[in-house]
Amino acid sequence: MSEDVILKVRDVYRTYDIKGGLFKPASTLTAVKGVSLDVARGSTLAVVGESGCGKSTLARMLTMIDAQTSGSIEIDGLPIDISKTGVSREMRQKVQIVFQNPYGSLNPRQKIGHVLEEPLLLNTGMPAAERQDLALQMLQKVGLQPEHYGRYPHMFSGGQRQRIAIARAIMMKPKLLVLDEPVSALDLSVQAQILNLLADLQDEMGLTYVFISHDLSVVRYIADKVMVMYFGEVVEYGTREEVFDNPQHDYTKTLFAATPQADIESIRKRLAAKAA
Amino acid sequence: MSLLEIRNLKVEFDTAKGPFRALDGVDYLVDAGEVLAIVGESGSGKSVAMLATMGLLPDTATITADKMDFEGLDLRSLSAKERRKVIGKDISMIFQEPIASLNPCFTIGFQLGETLKAHTDLKGKQVKDRVIELMTSVGIPDPGGRVNAFPHQMSGGQCQRVMIAMAIACAPKLLIADEPTTALDVTIQKQILDLLVKLQQDSGMGLIMITHDMGVVAETADRVIVQYKGRKMEEADVLSLFENPKNPYTKALLSALPENATGDRLPTVSDFAEAGGF
Repeated sequence: MSEDVILKVRDVYRTYDIKGGLFKPASTLTAVKGVSLDVARGSTLAVVGESGCGKSTLARMLTMIDAQTSGSIEIDGLPIDISKTGVSREMRQKVQIVFQNPYGSLNPRQKIGHVLEEPLLLNTGMPAAERQDLALQMLQKVGLQPEHYGRYPHMFSGGQRQRIAIARAIMMKPKLLVLDEPVSALDLSVQAQILNLLADLQDEMGLTYVFISHDLSVVRYIADKVMVMYFGEVVEYGTREEVFDNPQHDYTKTLFAATPQADIESIRKRLAAKAA
Repeated sequence: MSLLEIRNLKVEFDTAKGPFRALDGVDYLVDAGEVLAIVGESGSGKSVAMLATMGLLPDTATITADKMDFEGLDLRSLSAKERRKVIGKDISMIFQEPIASLNPCFTIGFQLGETLKAHTDLKGKQVKDRVIELMTSVGIPDPGGRVNAFPHQMSGGQCQRVMIAMAIACAPKLLIADEPTTALDVTIQKQILDLLVKLQQDSGMGLIMITHDMGVVAETADRVIVQYKGRKMEEADVLSLFENPKNPYTKALLSALPENATGDRLPTVSDFAEAGGF
């Protein structure tokens, strides 16, 4: 393949052991079944599916929170298998993650400045003054003010907190950013601001995104490639146009049919059907 | 006569920095058999308005209204005891978090039965039969077996179905659904919305949908109220609102939908706020 692939996943499985009870034998649950994907540098892959389909498990493996049971993951030329090698600083710098709930992912007792500096403190030997400079720059980059440096998370709105979570994730200048439902807890207008911010950052820093979502209208807006998962398996994988214009799998079709239609034609149709 | 008629509703909360006005003079009219959607962002006062109607706000809230009638009954003058006869029976409400709204210590059959015991004369076996009937009507598979299930044994969508069953247990005249599908998957959201609309059409009750999702509005509503910072921005029937939004805020909200994106960037509400002056 000629394009510059930053994330290469081949036939990855993840199984969890479920402990047995008195009358229940132990069993295993396969959360991710043989997923393979390639993401080109600077592009966005959207992963779509309902709860329990394994999309967050995939995210945990990509961000080295969980190890894969089998299969290979390669990020920026670096093979990842944390069950064998553990996680090194170099690996940490490649991938970062932003979670869904901006209220739960920030420590309420930690000042924002410290939130942003912590990744540098843990992973680099940078002096304090330099860390503070970088944190202040980062605040501006994500659309916050320098005076927010000494404030606590509860003083911010949901959208601002999500900006902080994004800022923290890109402090290490990662190559790959995994976004696990980053806008589903936000209001429509705030959602638009965060999506714009993500687009700006991608242009500026050449970031690659793996964007996990169940909102197809957001996916259609942001993704270059789309992967649809269902019960741990990939049922559809292609460019945005291929998947949206010509869905092949029944589940993808169901998903499209279930998405609320906000165009005028569909409203007319619904009202006509109701009057009849 | 309207089913629910509220005029000039104001809600203030006492805070350490003085009173905070969450809702500033909004009118709500709902007819029987009508679906009204109230749309707005967090902080727009959409939930506060309906909680005030239900009498569920804390003591720090001061509620004033020129008129607050449900079927000609003045809700402002009711004592707590009289109010309980109406709330849960003629007016009922569904909340956003289905799993948090159910008591984890009791089976869903018991919790459904509680509503019936409080508001109807049914006893013993009759209660159980009605519970199973209700669970069937909201589409819970194997209702006879699920009666004895605890909330944690059911999925989020199933729990929301139980909440709906509880809300319609006494055949309410008005059902208020506060973000009923926000915590659910798209496919489940579709099922729940279809169920709500079907129940509403079968029974002819009034339905108020509180939501921030324009897609949900487009799929369910007859009439729409758009709120922003405690004020009503626009009220229109659903078709004219989407076709020809009058208020700049409504326009902003509609253009922030990702499916309406035209260029590289999504317009945000603040882009419009400067131009539109709201």
